[in-house]
Formats: sequence, structure tokens, C-alpha cells
Amino acid sequence: MAFALNAEQNQKLEQILSRYPNKMAACIPVLHLCQDANGAWVSEAVIEFVATKLDLPTAHVKGVVTFYTLFNQKPVGKHQVWVCRTLSCALRGSDQILAHCEKRLGCHVGETSKDGKVTLRTAECLASCGTAPMMQVDKTFHENLTLEQVDRILDSLSR
Amino acid sequence: MLKQTTYLTHSYSQPDGYKLSAYEAAGGYSGVKKALSMSREAVIEEMKKAHIRGRGGAGFDAGTKWSFMPKQSAKPCYLVINADEGEPGTFKDRSIMEKNPHSLVEGCIIGCYGIGAHAAYIYVRDELHLSKARLEGAIAEAKAKGYLGKNPFGFDYPVEVYVHTGAGAYICGEETSLLNSLEGRRGEPRLKPPFPAQYGAFGCPTTVNNVETIAIAPTVFDMGGDEFSRLSALHGFNDGGARIFGVSGHVKKPGLYEAAVGLTLRELIYDLGGGVLGDRAIIGVIPGGSSCPVHKPDEIINHPDPRFAPYNGKSILDLPLGVDTFRMNGSMLGTCCAIVLSDAVDPVLALHNLMRFYRHESCGQCTPCREGCGWIERILDKIVAGEGSIEELDRVSEVASDITGNTICAFGDGAAQPALAFVRKYRSNFEDYILNGAKSQTRRLTP
Repeated sequence: MAFALNAEQNQKLEQILSRYPNKMAACIPVLHLCQDANGAWVSEAVIEFVATKLDLPTAHVKGVVTFYTLFNQKPVGKHQVWVCRTLSCALRGSDQILAHCEKRLGCHVGETSKDGKVTLRTAECLASCGTAPMMQVDKTFHENLTLEQVDRILDSLSR
Repeated sequence: MLKQTTYLTHSYSQPDGYKLSAYEAAGGYSGVKKALSMSREAVIEEMKKAHIRGRGGAGFDAGTKWSFMPKQSAKPCYLVINADEGEPGTFKDRSIMEKNPHSLVEGCIIGCYGIGAHAAYIYVRDELHLSKARLEGAIAEAKAKGYLGKNPFGFDYPVEVYVHTGAGAYICGEETSLLNSLEGRRGEPRLKPPFPAQYGAFGCPTTVNNVETIAIAPTVFDMGGDEFSRLSALHGFNDGGARIFGVSGHVKKPGLYEAAVGLTLRELIYDLGGGVLGDRAIIGVIPGGSSCPVHKPDEIINHPDPRFAPYNGKSILDLPLGVDTFRMNGSMLGTCCAIVLSDAVDPVLALHNLMRFYRHESCGQCTPCREGCGWIERILDKIVAGEGSIEELDRVSEVASDITGNTICAFGDGAAQPALAFVRKYRSNFEDYILNGAKSQTRRLTP
């Protein structure tokens, strides 16, 4: 299926392009824009679209998409949850937070809950070590987590 | 020497501290006016006098770095701010961007002027959505006032500041990898030379500085470089000023504390961090981000340089945190954000956690790092599962040594350091896993 941006998104794209001396530099920000416009994942059609818009070889765009972890190469749930598991968070109980999420959502890390609402992931250090343990839900950080707070957050997502 | 300061953190406790009105009420945007009224050479000299050692981990003198930029350039020059904060244990730059973004914007104007650039790119890792929003907001506020644009503060020196986003790769915190990522490529580090000051972003002369390094620049011009440097107890080591220290892991009050350079780990952990959780003993401290070697509190300083006379015979916890004080004692200061491990921690599991991180984040460009990090992680998998051997334990150190110095960027060394230090310093714990099924270990990371 072909992919296209609406007028508002196109305006945003032009705004991004205006920041850089060449089109290639816009590759990552434009991929973010298109990923958001495409339901949080980068399809082949999105890659083609970005390559055409930025005058880049498809292989270049694909290379970029596969290098960075935040470009989803397949569809994800309505919400994305990342539990930080690097040392500072691990010292403060991120393993328990993660195990609790798996149990509550009924899926493993890397999978999406059966209702399609939440994709569970782990993250490497998200610069919240002083407020560990933490997790990121879509674009928001939740810090100093307790299991009760995790319950409340997950409840709000499955609504 | 514990001397708390508030040059960057004065706004942290105010709910609206990130706004222009709060920043100006606290005296913001005065340093930049002084800087713009000076000659470019004088700006660099003032930065050199401040002895700001790069706050991103490498500890290179900021003024000296600025002086590497060409005096005259046919191509445009760029200032690039490394805001890809992701070194495990480090969380200071995010706080500046979220709670005091104008200090970074003001610093960008000074930095651009000092290096002869008219554009600054702030490379923020994508996960830091609030940081990006606060920076965009600060840039818009500054633009509306005419602080950015064609004539900042009436001076004929156009400056624009842009926010650029990454997409989730620790390696992009390495400066040449960051430049590739800024250019829209895969974030793989470049060979040096050429150095960024000759051939950086878009093939043009570029200076890459850490967020905190640039955010503190306005303070330098406010108070004068020399006076700023003298705040530090390590002025004699050319390590000046004040900086943000972080502490995380097993302390009662983890967080960020701004203080004059020269603070010791003991002060950071006990006086500022409130002591160890459960009043337990410390088995190890990683001084500044996970790529620094871990230290046991019973490590004693013994250095022939007379400047170390006051510290010789004392624990490493009593050595002032400075770039050279730590480097000269076989350690690394890194980002000054310490991770504290109490005796509830199994050091074997701590290393296992870190090596999983490095295996995951290796960009895969250089074979020793790509394969080596994987080997080390797999050996540790076996050891933790009780299936390792002493021979394999020795191989961890062997592989780590083979990564060191054999890769394009410093990531390889950063991954090897923790492996070498943990295995050397906690060898009996590793052997216990192999010989006794970890009978004497806590087998956990939490207290």
C-alpha cells in the first residue's frame, strides 16, 4: 500500500528540511515523522517514500532503519512500554518490574499483549539512573517505580 | 572538598525554572553579551583559563578544543552538541535540558562565536522527549526575543540553533558516529584523522561538545575564566570550576549534586548521597559511567607525583574526582556520575548486566568489538548458569585485552575496561560460581 503524508505532516517535513544543508541529513527526523504517521512502524512503503522524498537510494534508507533500534520494522501495539534494565536500574529492582509487566500483560519482552494494546520492550540506560527503576511509556518517563505504580500505568493503557 | 554550587542547578527546584523569564531573573543571558563584545580569540582564551575539562567523559580541555578550529574557513563551521546521553549511570545532561535549557542555548551562542560557526545542532537522543520539547521551547523563546537569528543582542553575528534527534543507538554518543548520524547515515564511528575540527559535520570544520560543557560556558563569561577555574580544588591539575555529580545504585539519596570540582567519592556517597542503602558496606564504586573500571574501597592511592602527597595512603574514595587525578591512578573519571554497589550485590551479575549492554550496543563495525563483546557475554551466560570453567574465565580477560586498542572508536576500550576490572578485582566471586555453584554469593543485584 502506498504511503503519503497529509498537508500538515508535509509542512513539518519541509520545516525539517530547512534545518540542514542537504537532504540526507533529514533522513532520521523524516523517518520519525513518517513512522509516527504510519501507526508507529516503518513499512517498505515508508522506506520508498522517504527515499524518493530525500533523493536517497532505498538501500541507504533501509540501512538507516535497520541500524537504529527505535525504528520498528513490524507493526507494534497501540502503546509501547520500555523497561530500563541497565545496571543502575537493575540495582534498584528493574528485574522485578519487568517480570511483573510480563505477568500482567501476558506476553514476553519483544511481544505485544493479546489485546494488541501494549508492546513490551526492554531499554538500555535511559538517563534516569538517579530515579531508578524506571520505564518509558510511549513518550513519557515514569520514574521511581513501585509495582503498584506499574499496575496503575498498565491499567490506564489497557483501557 | 565539598563545596556545593548552583550555577546550573539553581532553576531545578522551580516548576517554571526552564522558562526564559526565570532564567533572566536569575541573571541569564549576561555572559553571552560579554562574550560577543570580545574578540573571538579572547573568547577562546577565556575558555582556556576556565580549564573546563569536557564533561562528556573524555575530559579534554574545552578551550583548547575550540582553538583547533580554523581561523579562516572557506566552508561553514558547525557547533554540534552531544546530547545523546546514554552512558549507564549518567543522567546529568537530561536534567540540564529539561530544567535549565536556556543555559545550553546561551552556551551555544558563545560556542558558535568562539569557533566561528553560525549554526549549532543539538543532537538529542530520541527517547528524551521532554528534553527535546524544552529545548525547542527555549529556542523559540530566544528567537522571539532576537537572542538567536541575525543579530543576537545587537551584534552582527547570526546564530541559529537546531534540535536534531537520534533513533536509539548508544554508539551515537561517540563524536564521529554522532556526526554520521547527524548527516543521516548509520551511526558508525569514523576513522580519525581527519578530526572533526578539520572534517566534521557535512565535511566542514566542526566542534563537538557535551551539553554540560556548553551549558556552563555562560557562567565562565559571567564570572571570568580564571575565577571560575579557581572554584575547583584541582585548579593545580588544570581541572577547573564546578560540575554536576551524579550518584545512583545503592545509596539512600540517589540524584544529582552540583559542586566544585575536587569532590571525593566518599563525600558524594555519604555526605550528598545520604550513605549506603541499609547502611551496608560498599563492595565497589564505578566512578563515572559504566565504561570506567570499578573500584573497591580498599584500593589505596600511592603516586610519586608530589601533588598526590595529601592523598597517598588513603582510599580511592578519598581522592578528589578529577580527570587527571583518576587517570594518573589507573582509572577514569568519565562523566562523574557514580554507581554504588553495596555488599548485597553479586559482582558477577553486575558484570553480566554490563556486558549484555555492551554486546547490545556494539555497532558491529570492528570485528574485535562486535565478536569480542558477544564472546564475553556468552561466557558470562555460562558462568552465571554454573556451567563455566576457569579456562573460560581467563578467556574473558584475554578477549577484553584483545578488544582494547584494536577498534576504530573508544567504545571497544569502554566495553573491555569493566570486564577486565571486574574479573581482576572480584576473581574469587567468579571462581565461586565455577567451583562451588555460587554458594557464597548473594545471587542478586538488589538489597
